[in-house]
Amino acid sequence: MLEMIERYLQGEMTEEEKILFKELRRTNPDVDQKVVEQHFFINQMERFNEDKKFRASLNEVHEQLLAEGNIKPYSGKSKVVQLWNRSKRTIAVAASIAGVTALVISAVVSSLAPKTDKAQIENLGRKIDILEKNQNHTRRELSDVKNKIEIPGEPAKFGGTGFLIDTRGYLVTNAHVINKAERVSVQSQSGVELSARKVFSDDSLDIAILKIDDNLFKPLSALPYAITKNASGDLAEPIFTLGYPKDEIVYGEGYLSAKTGYKGDSLTCQISVSANPGNSGGPVINKNGEVIGVLSTRQTTAEGVVFAIKAKNIFKALDDLKKDSNNLHIKLPATSSVKNIDRPQQVKKIQDCVFMVKGY
Amino acid sequence: MNTNLKEQELIKGLALNEKGAIETIYKDNFAVIQHLIINNNGSEDDAKDIFQEAVIVLYEKAKSGVFELNCQIKTYLYSVSKRLWLKRLQKNNRFELLANGVEETVHVEEDISLHEKRDDEFGMMEHAMTNIGEPCKSLLEAYYIHKQNMQEISEAFGYTNADNAKNQKYKCLMRLKKLFFAQYKNGNKNG
Repeated sequence: MLEMIERYLQGEMTEEEKILFKELRRTNPDVDQKVVEQHFFINQMERFNEDKKFRASLNEVHEQLLAEGNIKPYSGKSKVVQLWNRSKRTIAVAASIAGVTALVISAVVSSLAPKTDKAQIENLGRKIDILEKNQNHTRRELSDVKNKIEIPGEPAKFGGTGFLIDTRGYLVTNAHVINKAERVSVQSQSGVELSARKVFSDDSLDIAILKIDDNLFKPLSALPYAITKNASGDLAEPIFTLGYPKDEIVYGEGYLSAKTGYKGDSLTCQISVSANPGNSGGPVINKNGEVIGVLSTRQTTAEGVVFAIKAKNIFKALDDLKKDSNNLHIKLPATSSVKNIDRPQQVKKIQDCVFMVKGY
Repeated sequence: MNTNLKEQELIKGLALNEKGAIETIYKDNFAVIQHLIINNNGSEDDAKDIFQEAVIVLYEKAKSGVFELNCQIKTYLYSVSKRLWLKRLQKNNRFELLANGVEETVHVEEDISLHEKRDDEFGMMEHAMTNIGEPCKSLLEAYYIHKQNMQEISEAFGYTNADNAKNQKYKCLMRLKKLFFAQYKNGNKNG
């Protein structure tokens, strides 16, 4: 097998072999996975080698420049620095208690080099950022507390996931997540709970649309992923999901395993990914950052068989919604801004748009 | 305009691992970084380490082909070095602030986190390569890195024929992959 994969990747196959192999790869996700893995690994090896060479050149240049006297060992340690070195531990301890580390060191440094304003300003700026963040955090906590007061001692009855489809706070989730709830709220990845209301729900599509109605919600400038009508995905295409099976956002990855859902249902497709209660309503996204569906149900009689509502049904839901309320213009994001970046970066950008949906 | 062009040439050279480019970048920038590190409780070796790591970050960026020269090489290296050193200080539970130099800085956070991932992978491959032992190491290097063909390899390593060498190579590759992915999957879980 490995030999075949290698010949395929190195372009040593005949046309006929190639066609056969491609077919095999298409129909057998296991083979496909192995091809991807081999390709990845060879790249890793080549990169390793190049990086190693580069590191060697760096050292060579360093030695050479040192020998030529083009760079010199540093000799300019001043008395103050030495003094500082000797007492730094004490000062650092004292400073960390008082929280004035920045100022203390800045003072020492500025006595050494007078032109230090810029960096100090920058560092202080960072401090202010932190302060602001802390303040925001406190505010969030306050609002959390407020929410809790409104519903004393009442935990959420229903839970699921939802994701933004419009920067102004419209989310899509599953109808089954919220249709028994009297009140809904959503909780962001950072833990802020925001009140929301249902603007649309269709049990046959199993799609609901929520709107965040909370002053704490700030409209985003753009959504990182794309939602398009024809993003149906290819068989064996790798996909990933984000959702809230627990109180924290959870990432899962897998592949598109069938273009239809349970018993040939054409509204949905089948994916292979680990999913648990609470994942319902989460986005199913391909590597280009296009939403191909909304995770909805899993087959209880089989392991790892999960169904997702195809993305085009979001459009259907919006069309229906427009019939009811004419002045509503929800604009789905048409292009993905997370194409060609690696997965952790993608997720970092996307996770802020994925919320926990709570029903009370 | 002119300096800009020169810098672009340097970056291109860097991506191709050209010694001239590395030398120029080294000469133009090392002293500033050295000053920065040593004035902030670093040693001579720390300075060398941090500077080289910063150049590697630049090299990775140059190689990825997406490097737009929105700042001078000098500014970029300074920003990366500063950030790297700050991270190292924090890791050792030392204090927070990094003293300044005369340079302005640019935002390099993403580049650094990308670099850290690559650096981890580099370490994993290095670890796998050292643990796989001989003759596997040389055999794989001969085929994948020096691009020798199976005939040459079988002669150099004393296999009776190319097919034997090939089989051995596959076995080695499997082992290397296993070693590498064992860490890779672990690392991803922890990260």
